This record gives sequence, structure tokens and C-alpha cells, in this order.
Amino acid sequence: MTASWPIVALILAPLLAAAAAFALPRHGRQAALLANLVAAAALALLARQIVTGGLQTHDIGGWAAPLGIGLRADGFALLMLVVTMIIAAAVSLYALRYFLFSHDPEAAHRERYFWPLFLFLWSALHALFLSADIFNLYVTLELLGFAAVALVALAGGREALAAAMRYLWVSLAASLFYLMGVALVYGQCATVDLPLLATRASPVPTLWVALALMTVGLLAKAALFPMHFWLPPAHASAPAPVSALLSALVVKGPFYILLRLWFEAFPVVMTPVIAQALGALGAAAILWGSVSALLQPRLKLLVASSTVAQLGYLFLLFPMVTARPDSFLAWSGGLLFLGAHACAKTAMFLAAGNILHAAGHDRIKDLDGVTHALPISAFAFGLVGLSLAGLPPSGGFAGKWLLLSTALAQGQWWWVLVILVGGLLAAAYVMRVLTHAFARVPEPTPCEAIPPIMEWTALAMAILPGGLGLLAHAPTEWLRLGAPILLKGSGL
Amino acid sequence: MPHADPPIYLLAGAALFVIGFYSLLIQPHPLRRIMALNIMGSGVFLVFIALANRTPGPVADPVPHAMVLTGIVVSVCATGLALALTNRFGEVLDEKAPPAESPASGKTPPEAAENHR
Amino acid sequence: MTTHGLVLLGILFSSFFTGLVIFFLREDNHRLRVWLNLLGAGLKLILVAALLWGIHQGYHYQLSFDFLPGLPFSLGADANSVLFVTLSSFLWFWTTLYAVGYLEDSPHRSRFFGFFSLCVTATTGIALSANLVTFLVFYELLTVSTYPLVVHRGTPQAMRGGKIYLAYTLAGGAVLLLAVAWFHSLAGPVPFKERGVVQTLIAARPNELRVLFFLFILGIGVKAAIVPLHGWLPRAMVAPAPVSALLHAVAVVKAGAFGIMRVVYDVYGVENAAKLGLMQPLALAATVTIVYGSTLALFQDELKKRLAFSTVSQVSYIVLGVAILGPISTIGGLVHLVHQGIMKITLFFCAGNYAETVGIHRVSEMNGVGRRMPWTTAAFSVAALGMIGVPLLAGAVTKQYLKLGAEQAGAPWVGWVLAASSLLNAAYFLPILWRAWIKEPPARWPVEHHFGRWETHWMLLLPPLVTAALVVWAGIFAESSFSPLAWVKLIAAREFAP
Repeated sequence: MTASWPIVALILAPLLAAAAAFALPRHGRQAALLANLVAAAALALLARQIVTGGLQTHDIGGWAAPLGIGLRADGFALLMLVVTMIIAAAVSLYALRYFLFSHDPEAAHRERYFWPLFLFLWSALHALFLSADIFNLYVTLELLGFAAVALVALAGGREALAAAMRYLWVSLAASLFYLMGVALVYGQCATVDLPLLATRASPVPTLWVALALMTVGLLAKAALFPMHFWLPPAHASAPAPVSALLSALVVKGPFYILLRLWFEAFPVVMTPVIAQALGALGAAAILWGSVSALLQPRLKLLVASSTVAQLGYLFLLFPMVTARPDSFLAWSGGLLFLGAHACAKTAMFLAAGNILHAAGHDRIKDLDGVTHALPISAFAFGLVGLSLAGLPPSGGFAGKWLLLSTALAQGQWWWVLVILVGGLLAAAYVMRVLTHAFARVPEPTPCEAIPPIMEWTALAMAILPGGLGLLAHAPTEWLRLGAPILLKGSGL
Repeated sequence: MPHADPPIYLLAGAALFVIGFYSLLIQPHPLRRIMALNIMGSGVFLVFIALANRTPGPVADPVPHAMVLTGIVVSVCATGLALALTNRFGEVLDEKAPPAESPASGKTPPEAAENHR
Repeated sequence: MTTHGLVLLGILFSSFFTGLVIFFLREDNHRLRVWLNLLGAGLKLILVAALLWGIHQGYHYQLSFDFLPGLPFSLGADANSVLFVTLSSFLWFWTTLYAVGYLEDSPHRSRFFGFFSLCVTATTGIALSANLVTFLVFYELLTVSTYPLVVHRGTPQAMRGGKIYLAYTLAGGAVLLLAVAWFHSLAGPVPFKERGVVQTLIAARPNELRVLFFLFILGIGVKAAIVPLHGWLPRAMVAPAPVSALLHAVAVVKAGAFGIMRVVYDVYGVENAAKLGLMQPLALAATVTIVYGSTLALFQDELKKRLAFSTVSQVSYIVLGVAILGPISTIGGLVHLVHQGIMKITLFFCAGNYAETVGIHRVSEMNGVGRRMPWTTAAFSVAALGMIGVPLLAGAVTKQYLKLGAEQAGAPWVGWVLAASSLLNAAYFLPILWRAWIKEPPARWPVEHHFGRWETHWMLLLPPLVTAALVVWAGIFAESSFSPLAWVKLIAAREFAP
């Protein structure tokens, strides 16, 4: 029976704040700020505990697995939690003013529901990253999906609702696939606890089927090509802070679960063919998403297509971690990339939100004057472009470098090409938007003023992936901490 | 329960799952899709329960039972959300004039236009 | 990190922080902006002087930290870095002065000078890099910081030119990234050494090294404008004159040439490169570029385009010098880094003066401009004559060493190439001089800006005069110990010492 108050606080603080925000709608913002503070403190404490003491666990109610629910925080979970914390803080700051300045008469109404839903989503994310068994992961995954769908529907128009409905069908069906997989796993191994599964798994047909089901479900939720179709409309029609949350965090949850499944619980079932197949889907996502971003007429759709593309990079992790040597390099590269992308995508959506607010539209070819009026947001967009294109010294570069080095060392040439081409395409679609910031404007377009906090949050989020490149050393070391994933069993 | 029984409940669960998924894919109406998802869910729960029965000894394994209970609760919430969203979407569709498809979105599912109350 | 390492950081940050601050200045805050600019440039010069003195005294300057496990970001000052950093710092100071004068009353000056400073930071970083990864970081930063300068005017042609520039340089950067990552996976994070560390790899993987070399040259050659990767350079002439001056003389093109030099001398090592048979293809590429650039320059009427093709040609002198084995040709190539810099910047300053003061952009419009703007045209003439290789000027020194070095290395054909190139240079520069001095000026110039008693604004006039004087000094005092040549001889001695 182990207890860890920081772990409990991380889940409870946003959850209680969500309830408070729902019950007391006029105090939504305060609830969110309070949740931010408590969660940040808990995370700092947890981080210190992990760094000094290794893996941290907590059994809910004091009941141990298999009947109880265990929670667990290792280096990998810590990294995800830190990324979540940063994004959630930025989104909170941004949303403080966002709804006030919306053009829409329903803004106050929307804000009322935004805070509880956002906090609920945040709590679900924390619970997901801290789960230690695959069934609990199902529950948190579903919760995450509910909150996300509701947030997409928040914008209210026909487009948003249609996108939300599509997202809902995909989400629910995918979760059921996952759950069926859990059932089969339980039938085979008589446990759902992740570390225990590693000891009991063997490459039998039941587990093949189970993993296939779970993977398909998770891939759909993570919007990997070819099941990515729901993402651009959903992320584009949501309000800007929601889009940021969705692209930066919500799609990363299923990816996290995939990594846990394949590398912690069932490394014995993984074969090179599966790994290469996942990598190939990732490559297809990169190319499809980038080309799609080049062709989109609207800014938010461009950013959402970019998400589809960047998620593809994450899936390159699979073939590179599976092939040895240098698996840890690929692992840390992919995860650094994930962190950098989360910050970058947040910045991109927040900046796009500013532009949309100021101009009243987001048609890319008409954006000339607006970007002149919003130099900070334009600059943020530019910085983000650096990270997406993988230019040094950004975090995107650090991740890309690690992936490239690994691919070269392992002789997997084809990924090298994909990574390089992807970077150039990313530069191309970012420049599509940025050229308007530099084009001469005969006279300034009348634009609405944007509150500074909204612009500065976007910029701060853009600087982070830039700085991450130079400070990538520390997070990479965290990934080694208490991580059962790589250091035992799989010989990596 | 003797273990030599053919795994009928397992197969039934799997069949429900497949039928539900198939319906989800081809049925256009949201209410039917919600029903399809519920059937899929029931399929999964049935599989869990059938697996619970396969333990040695007379007492069934309680863990899958617990999981099914949790699953049912989640499923009810999901259904509630889906129904609310469908309702709201229907309201919004009724507010607008009969469709010219909005060109900007272009990705609205064609069946949304055929939604009836 | 020793305390001496701080000097290196100081040199980098002197322009970085001033750049950052300038971004946030309000557009009408002229005074502060000018002061900040000059302060940054001046500070950098002082620190570089301190660096020079320190190296003379025998100090070592080194700064390194791991930014990823096993991947150090490392700065250092060896003889090559000091050459480049001195050149760029010195010329940056004068270009800043010139830019302030040139852009008076232009919009978006804060943005311009912010990126201007970042560009110089990147160039300095390239000079001070002590390993390939650091070099790559600053190389890409250079691309990113120069784009806004190229498209500064915001016109459709500017945007088009910028797009082409970015396409070329980013593609080159991607190739370079591949090469660096590959090299890294073979050899680890090796710092630049004056001997080259490829020795041990030659036996095991000669073909891989050859392909790698090709990739390096491809990636860096875009910036160095080696044919056929030079396509961006003429199009980038849409940029304002100070930017062209900077790009051609100080930053981008020089960084490319410097990079090639680094790869051949400090990554591969000159003997290893020769052993792998890499020098001949490089020499060939350089020769083709020299001839092609000079030939195309003949057909350009637009002055800046003519100068652009001239740059394409001239920078490959440096590459040629590097590619011919032997200390004397090395001297020739490296000293041309400095000489071409000061000559070309003079020419661009003058071209800018002509455009700003009397509104002419084409050679055909330059009739009699020598009478209207004698000082500018005098500077132009000095630099042009230097490019041709007239004795007692900087260019002649280069050609002399290159020719000697080629003969020593058993490649007398280089002499013919140099002679042909000089002829071509004469063919496209002498007519300009003749027009400017001899022909009758038109009744009215397209534009007439009067700047008081001088022929043009003092900030536009002083820089080209200073740099033209340098061209003369570098030529006349070449053999003394206070010339660029003396420093370059030192570098060559170290590279070729047993």
C-alpha cells in the first residue's frame, strides 16, 4: 500500500476546480487559476520525488492491484505531465481574455462552460498519464474523449457541431475497440496491470488480435493516417484555446498509451514488420498532412493539417526504437519532438486565434494587413515555424536530430528522407502564412485590438520550443528515471 | 460451470461487437448510430463476463465484473452525451434554411442533411 | 568553460542582445536605435580586438556545453575563426553606418535592424563554431535571419526573390543537416582540428566519406553560390543595397566559402581529402563557377546583377584556392576571403549610392556619373581595378598566390583560368569606368537628392571610402606583418606543418 499526495493532488485539483467552476459559473477563472497553482506545486514536488527517489506509486483507497486502481509516475509520465502543465497554464492565461473579446454574443455563455470542461479535460489527462493498468487507461481515455467532444461543440455553429459529432462517433467506436482488446488481454493474461503484463505476455494469437484491436482504436483517436479525417474540421472549428488543447495534448494521450502498450507491456509481441508498418503510416501522415496544409485556404485548417503531419513524426518512433542500437536515442528524440510540438502547436493556434479575432476571418490570402497589426503573433508564428521545420536551435531540431542520428546508425535510410522532406514541407506551409507578414501593405487594414496577454502567451509558447533545443539535456535525462520501459526486459 | 462448454457467450459478444460496428458505419441517422454503439458496448461487456466465467473453481472472477460495471457507467455517460449533442445539432439544422451545403466546411457528412427529428 | 570563453560569448551577444532590444523599439525612436546599433557594432569590434590580442599572447579560447547527451555545442577561436570574425565585425560596423544612412525615412527600420543584428550574430557564430553541429546551428540561423532582410521592401518582386532565396538555402540546409548527422554517426562529435580526424576512417569507409563530402559541398555550396546552386543570388538583389553588401561581402556568401574551407581543412584535412580524390572535382566545380559567373556578368545591364554574378565568380577563387593542394594556393584562397570582401562591399556601397543619390540602377545609365559623384566613383574604380587584378591592389595579391600555388601543385591550367577570368573582369568592369569618367552625363538624372555640400549623405560616402582605402592598403602593404596576408600565412603554415 503506497501513497503519494502529489499524484492525488494532480488528479483531484483540476477535477474539484471543474466542479467548482460548474457550480459557480462566475468564478470559473478563479477556479482555473487555483487549479493551476495547486497542480504546479504538486508537479514540482512529484518531480523532485522522482528525480531523487525513482518511480512513485499510489494505490487509490489503499487497495492494491488487481482489485484496486494503482497510479504510477515514472520519467516518461513526468515528461508528459510537465508538458501538460505548461500547455494548460498557457491556455488558461489565454482564455482569461479570449471570451471577453469574442465577436459572438454568446461568448459569456460559452465561457461558462469552457472552464469546467477544460478543467475536466485536464484532470482526465493527468489521470491518463498516471494510470498503471490498461483498464484505467480506457476509463481515462473515454473521459478525455467526452471532454474533448464537448469542447469542440462549444463553438456552437453548424460546422462545429458536425465536427463534434464526427469526433464523437470516432472516439466512442475507437474506445470500444480498445476495450475489446483489454478484454482479450485479460482473458489471456489474467491481469491488466502494465508491468505484470510484461512478465505474462507471449506472442500468441489472442494477444495479436487484442493488440490489433487496441492499436486500431488508439490510432483512430490519435488521428494517424488514414484515420485522420476527423481532426482538421474538429480542431479548426473549435475556439482557439480549445484547438490548442486538442492538438497539443488530447491526441497525445492515445499515443502515450500506444507507447506504453507496445514497449512496456508487450514488447515480445512486437515484430519488425509491425514497427515498419506503423512507421510507414507515420511517413504517409507526414506527407499527406504537409501537402494538405499547403493547399488549405483557411489558417486554422492549415494548422490542423499541420498537426496531422507532425503526429506522423511521432510514429517514426516505432521502427526506430524496435531496431537496435541507439533505441534510447530514438525514444528520447521522439518524446522531445512531442514536447516541442505540443508547445509549438499551442502557440500556432493561439496566434491563429489572435489573427482570426483581429481580422474577423482567417482566409490566408487576405491576411496581409492583419499580420502587420499583430507583430507579436506573427513573430510567434515564425518561431513556431522554426521548430516545425526542425531548424536549430529549436526543440523540433533536437528531436529531429535524435531521430535522424538513430535512423542513420541503424541504416534505415528511408526514414531519413521522410524526415528531411517533412521539414522542408513544414517550412513551405509556414512560409505561406509568414510571407503575408512581410508583404507591403498600401494602408493598414482596420483591425480589432487584441489584449496583450493573448499575444504574449502565444509568444511564450513559441519561445519554449526554441529554448527547449538548447536545454534538451535535462528532459532527456528524466526519461531514464524510474523508467521500466527501456531499462529492463527488452535489452535496450 | 463445466469448462468444456462451447464458448457461446464469447462468440455472441464478438458477434454483437461486429454487428454494432457495421451498423455504426452504414447507418446515417444519429439515433441509430447511438444504438449501434450501445450494441457494440454490450458485445464487449458480454465478452468480459464470459471470460470471467473461465476461472477454475466455482466462483467467477470478480475483476471483469467490476470492469463491466465501470464500463456500463461510462457507456451511459457516452450515450447521454451523444443524445444531447444529436439533439442540439438537430436544433441547429432546423434553425437554418434547407441546405445549400456550406462551402467553407466541405467536410460536413452528407448524411447530416438528411437528418430528421 | 574558462573565463576566456566569456569573450566568445560576449562577441556573440553584443549583436544578439542589441538586436533583440531593437526589435521592440518604436519605429520613430531613431536616435536610440542608431546608438544601439553602433554600440553593438563597436562593442563587438573591441571584443574582437581583445580576442586578437589574446591569441597573440597565446591564450586559448573555448566554450562548450552539451545541449543533448553526447552533442556538444562548442565555440572556439582558432586562426581561421579569427580571420573571419575580424572581417565580419569590421565590415559590419561600416555596413551599419551605411544602412542607417541608406534607410533614412524607410518604414520598418526596427524590424530591419533587429534582423540585421541577428544576421551578424549568426555570421559571428559561424566564425566561432568549433564543431560541425554548432556550425549547422548558426548556418541555419543565418538563413532565417537574412530572409526578412531580403524581403524588406515587401514588393511582389522582393517576395518572389525571398521565396527563391529561402527555397535554395533551406534545401541546402537540409542536405547539410543530413551530412552532419551522418558524419556524426560515423565519427562522433568531433571538434574542428587543424589536422582533420578523418584519418582513421579512410581505410574503412572511403566511399561513404566521398559521398559525405559531396553532400557537404552541396549543402554549403548553396550559400557559397557554386554553380549550379547559385540561382538565388542574382534574384536576392531585390534587397536594399546594405543588405546586398552584407550578404555578399560579409555574411552569407562568405559563410559558405568559410564552411567549405572548414570542411576541407578541419573536418577532412587537406591530405585526406587529396587521398580520397576529392580535390579535383572541387577544383573543377570552382573553375566552372569562376568562368560562368564572369561570363554572365558581361550580359547584365543592371549594376547590382552584374556585381552579383561577379560575386558568384569571385567567391569560387576561394574554393579554388582551397581545392588546390599546397600552402601557397591556400594562402591565395584564404586571403581572397578578406580581399574579395572589402572589394565587393565597396562596389555595393557605391551601387547603393548611385541608386539613392541619382536614381540610377543600370550600367547604361551611368554615363558621366563620375563628374556628379567623384568620390563614390573613385572608390568604385579602386575596387573594380582591384577585382581585375591591377598590381598594388588587393586582388592582385590573391591572383599572384593562386597562380604560384597552382604551378607548385602541378596544375598550371589554373593559371589560364585565372588569366581568362581577369580578362573577363576587365571586360565587364572597364566599360563601366569608362562610361562613368569619360562619357557625357545626361541633362538630368532620374532622381536628384541633394545632401548638402558633399555629393551624398556622409553616412553613405564614408564607408566606401574607408573600404576602398583598405583595398589599396591590403595591396601595397601586403607583405608587411599588418596585412590580412600575414595572418593568412600563419594559418597556412599551421595547416601544412608536419
